[in-house]
Amino acid sequence: MNRRPWALGIVVAFVFLFLYAPIVWLGLASFNSSRSLSKISGLSTRWYAELFDDVRVLESLQLTLRLALASAVISTVIGTLAAFGLRRAFPGRALWTVLLSLPLVVPEVVMGVAMLGFFVKLAGIPLGFGALLFAHVAFSLSFVVVVVRSRVSGMDVRMEEAAADLGASPFVAFRTVTLPLVAPAVVAGAAFAFLLSFDDVVISSYLTGVGSTTLPVFVYAQASKRGISPEIVALSTLMVTATAVLLVTGVVIASWRARKAGSPAQLV
Amino acid sequence: MLRRWLKANALLTPTGLWLGIFLIAPLVVVVEFSFATRDTGVARAVLPWTTQAYLRALDPAFLPIFGRTLVYAVATTVACLLLGFPLAWFIARYGGRYRTVLLAAVLIPFWSSYLARIYAWKALLDGEGLVNTVLGWVGLGRDGGFLLTHGAVVLGLTYGFLPFMVLPLYVACERFDFRLVEASFDLGHGRMSTFFRVVLPGVFTGVLAGSLLVLVPAAGDFVTPKLLGGVDQSTFGSVIDDQFRGGNNWPLGSAMAVLLLVLVVLVLLLRGRRGEDVL
Repeated sequence: MNRRPWALGIVVAFVFLFLYAPIVWLGLASFNSSRSLSKISGLSTRWYAELFDDVRVLESLQLTLRLALASAVISTVIGTLAAFGLRRAFPGRALWTVLLSLPLVVPEVVMGVAMLGFFVKLAGIPLGFGALLFAHVAFSLSFVVVVVRSRVSGMDVRMEEAAADLGASPFVAFRTVTLPLVAPAVVAGAAFAFLLSFDDVVISSYLTGVGSTTLPVFVYAQASKRGISPEIVALSTLMVTATAVLLVTGVVIASWRARKAGSPAQLV
Repeated sequence: MLRRWLKANALLTPTGLWLGIFLIAPLVVVVEFSFATRDTGVARAVLPWTTQAYLRALDPAFLPIFGRTLVYAVATTVACLLLGFPLAWFIARYGGRYRTVLLAAVLIPFWSSYLARIYAWKALLDGEGLVNTVLGWVGLGRDGGFLLTHGAVVLGLTYGFLPFMVLPLYVACERFDFRLVEASFDLGHGRMSTFFRVVLPGVFTGVLAGSLLVLVPAAGDFVTPKLLGGVDQSTFGSVIDDQFRGGNNWPLGSAMAVLLLVLVVLVLLLRGRRGEDVL
């Protein structure tokens, strides 16, 4: 097979162009001197300055970060346990799989209105941070389970058996053998859960209470009146840049450690 | 065997409880609401039980909206497949040691705000936007740009849901034995026949899982059509949303949500056992 995949390469380049066009555009527009997103009239950093001066944005950003962090921690812990629970076949596993796939496929609007009705009418849970946290964990959990499970099911059981044979207690075997093997997937699952919570508009918009507006809900309410504010564009640019830097650092460290260990680099 | 069952269930219990209380119970409440009578006061939905809401939900007046939603969702799924498959295949087969980097590169744009991305597309598709300008150079420009068209909605949805297609497809492609392709060529199959008889069956679970993860959420999305579509942009999701926000008609909204749920369950059942190990 000497055929070089030129055609495929061109298609892939096009898809990446499609993926990055709006992001690159956002980055450019964040330095625009006017409010407009479509016409760039001059360069300035005023939107970054205004972002760090805007108390309402910063307050809801803080709330959103706290929520996303709490949701990511809870869903990663109980989701990882569940992924291990599904490792070996047992009667009823198919049923669990169906339950776990529900949050992946039930449309957000249905989940949102269902949770609104439940919290308001039956559970007596006031709308706000608590309700948001319950909901966010509920829709992020499955993503954690899927990501961690794909790693757990691909793991070699003999590694842990070997540890046990060599005298390791179950706890030591888990900490020194199993955990390092699944750690990348757990981190990926946590990142997924964080992102899902941090960016959620639809479900959160039903559950925010007075004084507990998350950033996406705040932005949505503002945007429907007068378009998106350039501060948010600046914030998005900062987030993408930070993620890219973190990921690149992670990849570099992973490949450096892999070179030392003599095995191929693996991040996820 | 019993020990294994107990252990598995013990590990799954926290997740089960959480989903049971905060997902299944709310869905049950929605079913209950859908049979209730509308209340314009604080109670929203009251007794007696009735099937009124379903009769209204199935009113032919909503038919064009259902149709439009279905077209958006199916078009989005097809577009995601067409863009996602080459990408997933390329990364799995030619990515080599850069696989993780490439996969991460697919996900990086999604760390920006969803609304900011939609507004970026709004700006790009505008009459004076970049897309129209570039297309104008080659004579393909369009007066007023591409905003507020059905195409813009499908593009926005495709952009939003592409990662959900790429990830399961990538997993399937990574498991695929690429030597089969060479074997197929050696045995005299052409490109088309190799694709349809060897590649597609090999990665079918990924296609199924990806389509499921795109189709159903796309059918429920209403923010993207609202922001990128024209006047005729109401979808199934936006109709449900209207019934709840401002307390218009909770029973009707619930009945519609239940109908959408039934659709989800049907699709889940249709995928059969083949998709199970992916999702």
